[in-house]
Amino acid sequence: MKLDSKIPQGPLEQKWAQYKKTAKLVNPANRKKLDVIVVGTGLAGSSIAASLGEMGYNVKSFCFQDSPRRAHSVAAQGGVNAAKNYKNDGDSVYRMFVDTLKGGDFRAREANVYRMAECSLNLIDQAVAQGVPFGREYGGYLNNRSFGGVQVSRTFYARGQTGQQLLLGAYQALMRQVGKNTVQLFSRHEMLDLVLIDGKARGVIVRNLDTGEIERHSAHAVVLATGGYGKIYYLSTLAMGCNGSAIWRAHKKGALMASPSWIQVHPTSLPQSGDYQSKLTLMSESLRNDGRIWVPLKNNETRSPNDIPENERDYYLERRYPAFGNLAPRDISSRAAKERIDAGFGIGPLKNAVYLDFSKAIKEQGKEKIKEKYGNLFDMYLKITGYDAYKEPMMISPSAHFSMGGLWVDYELMTTIPGLFALGEANFADHGANRLGANSLLQASVDGYFIAPYTIANYLSNEIHTGKISTDNLAFENAENAVKQQIEHLINIKGNKTVDYYHKTLGKLLYDYCGLARNEAGLKYAIEEIKKLKAEFYQNVRVSGDENHMNTELEKAGRVADYFEIGELMCYDAITRNESCGAHFREEYQTPDGEALRNDSEFQFISAWAWKGENQEPELIKEPLVFEEIQPTVRSYK
Amino acid sequence: MDLHLKIWRQKDRSTEGKLVNYDLKDLNSHMSFLEMLDTLNEKLIIEGEEPVEFDHDCREGICGQCGIMINGLAHGPLENTTTCQLHLRSFKDGETIVIEPFRAEAFPVKRDLKVDRSAFDRIISSGGFVSVNTGQAPDATAIAVTHQIAEEAFDSAACIGCGACVATCKNASAALFTSAKISHMALLPQGKEERSERVIKMVQQMDKELFGHCSNTEACEVECPQGISVLNIARMNYEYSRALFFRKK
Ligand SMILES: Cc1cc2nc3c(=O)[nH]c(=O)nc-3n(C[C@H](O)[C@H](O)[C@H](O)COP(=O)(O)OP(=O)(O)OC[C@H]3O[C@@H](n4cnc5c(N)ncnc54)[C@H](O)[C@@H]3O)c2cc1C
Ligand code: SF4
Ligand code: FES
Repeated sequence: MKLDSKIPQGPLEQKWAQYKKTAKLVNPANRKKLDVIVVGTGLAGSSIAASLGEMGYNVKSFCFQDSPRRAHSVAAQGGVNAAKNYKNDGDSVYRMFVDTLKGGDFRAREANVYRMAECSLNLIDQAVAQGVPFGREYGGYLNNRSFGGVQVSRTFYARGQTGQQLLLGAYQALMRQVGKNTVQLFSRHEMLDLVLIDGKARGVIVRNLDTGEIERHSAHAVVLATGGYGKIYYLSTLAMGCNGSAIWRAHKKGALMASPSWIQVHPTSLPQSGDYQSKLTLMSESLRNDGRIWVPLKNNETRSPNDIPENERDYYLERRYPAFGNLAPRDISSRAAKERIDAGFGIGPLKNAVYLDFSKAIKEQGKEKIKEKYGNLFDMYLKITGYDAYKEPMMISPSAHFSMGGLWVDYELMTTIPGLFALGEANFADHGANRLGANSLLQASVDGYFIAPYTIANYLSNEIHTGKISTDNLAFENAENAVKQQIEHLINIKGNKTVDYYHKTLGKLLYDYCGLARNEAGLKYAIEEIKKLKAEFYQNVRVSGDENHMNTELEKAGRVADYFEIGELMCYDAITRNESCGAHFREEYQTPDGEALRNDSEFQFISAWAWKGENQEPELIKEPLVFEEIQPTVRSYK
Repeated sequence: MDLHLKIWRQKDRSTEGKLVNYDLKDLNSHMSFLEMLDTLNEKLIIEGEEPVEFDHDCREGICGQCGIMINGLAHGPLENTTTCQLHLRSFKDGETIVIEPFRAEAFPVKRDLKVDRSAFDRIISSGGFVSVNTGQAPDATAIAVTHQIAEEAFDSAACIGCGACVATCKNASAALFTSAKISHMALLPQGKEERSERVIKMVQQMDKELFGHCSNTEACEVECPQGISVLNIARMNYEYSRALFFRKK
């Protein structure tokens, strides 16, 4: 199979305009004849469903939460990027494009990245028009802050709840269409399979999570906007329900998965405190603007942090990366923390954390100033941990956070299955091997508001004469039966270990062998262990209750079943890439002083994987990356 | 620490529910309340019983999904805190805790501690938005919004739609939730154009959904995890009167 990324011809700055000029349209009268299914109501899903509804298509929108407003986009804190240059500090679409491409370690497509930066201008306008209360200057103009190692202020924010406010804007646009009956809403519904007719995506099988009923829904195109799969590590910053099942079921039906092993680990989350723990809370990265990160110089230090004198502390980021210090990018900061923790210098009850210290900032700026900047975060820290960070340093540790990998899509955001689109975190596009802070709210939103409305219409223009798609088709029956069989199977195992036990065990394996650092032997070991664990799961898992009513354990079991397979693919992906880039640090490929060693001559490509069947090795298909505009350089933060 | 739990168990909407006793031992006081329920569920599953169904997702105090009544208080004893941000250190060793679903006619129980809050979505879809299509927006700085107004609008927009205000109100009124959205939109220039139509539609929908009337007990503000102010209700009443007064028939 040869991958066609469908990047338009012409100069970089004109590619998207060129595409839009030539994309085919659907006559308004014909739109009523066309059905589209959108799975997911996060920023990507709500915005595309609302946009298509406005245009006059029949849209069905699905999510597993009780309300679309609770999709995980709601949790994003820091902000959203846009190259508006409101600060007159020299920002531009081109500069944002360069920052993003470089940030992703030159493992993303130029054309996609440029388009995201270009569309960022419109997103802020759209959100403000919807009533998103972004931070403002006293004169009434929008305010910006700088975020995550860029030299300009291009991040727009709504206090620490930017994701919530953007999502409410998109959700309200969606609910407006629900009120107008252009969008039908199915909350508390989980997509369990994709239905293909003649090779095209034609519908989905979903389970009504309140009643247990299995339903068939058909459409002329299917959009997956189902978010990331970072929860595969169990402990992560993601919501409990986040999962990879929708994209995985599509993968098993033929859609390629790209770069599955690229998962960003965030440096500033709260550390794990015990086995019972279900998730790790993210502390905003903005804390690193004033907090200094350190560990004790002495191995197995037992003194409390305030008793450790200055000369017995190791400010390892300032030591190793003098130019960026505590503001070094996420991948580098996370890895440096792991390196110290693994070497035995970790702190806290489980020796799994590092200190984030505000004492110097408090001394220099005063407690009031720090309170004004980060007060809510300090309150949150107190609430969760019971410790007062004004008095002693915070404890933080790295935690899985964002999946750069996802379904492979072309420039039109269409997967390798015709009629199946993937948007937002569910696709692999735009972030390369490492995502820059505040770029993913952006990507999810522009995919849904500004890109997919054109590309889906272009696809649908060929579907006008298809007519209604019947759910009586054999393909629907087969898919429904397969789903029912899997459910019965899981319920009938009646073993003696819980679903969470398997999820936690898998997560730990992945943290240890396919996490912040990987090596070939470890990855091979992990693949074998995952296979064993999966086999044991099918022998020994216990799902209580039955399938005919609400059953959260059953929902979780299906997702963990998929996680085994995704985890295995992550390891395969990591093994084949004999280089270190972005979130992917292969221990065999590093410089003498421990920095990532990229290999452009051999690995300047996107890894796309094809499913070959149960217990078969997946097939790797390469999409070469061509850089016309800027030549890859080595990322250095020294 | 040890805890005695009395948890509401109800199979479905049409079956009667009751409080059931459970004992948990050796809990870590750093556990969150929901992690305590996870621990209970792990135990129940292994013992062959069905786990307790409860709603939750982000476990970060922001999705609004995790509301339950704890000893008669929505989201438990701490002020301005969601259930997921409540930790066992807020309870005493050996304490008995009564755990029930949010109760209101407009929030029917689905199973155990889960209730149906979709009435809130219908209130929003009746008018809780600015009518702007995608791709229609003027430049974001074209209309200035003062810092103060933006912050005030944010204070109202911060509602997470959890429903604690309804659950704690003796009339099961949705006034705090609805008024927060009305204020958010009415304060901003972008939302001002539609303010009259919006408030009338949303208030009518609120009544249709069987929420009770607000009688100013202000209990909602006390238990709201986002500290949404009852002043929003005053603004909603003002907007409503204003809309009726100027309404053209
Ligand atoms: C704690 C945290 C903080 C963050 N902060 C920032 C930030 O400051 N800036 C930034 O740019 N990014 C941030 N991010 C990342 C960003 O929030 C996400 O990448 C982005 O919101 C993803 O949006 P989405 O629309 O793709 O998916 P989501 O918002 O995750 O939505 C997924 C949707 O899919 C639905 N779904 C999934 N599977 C199924 C299924 N099988 N059936 C039916 N429905 C399904 C869900 O119900 C949900 O509606 C943060 C992430 C986290 C976890
Ligand atoms: S007003 Fe407060 S209590 Fe009511 S739904 Fe909103 S956040 Fe919850
Ligand atoms: S689980 Fe999201 S607010 Fe508590």
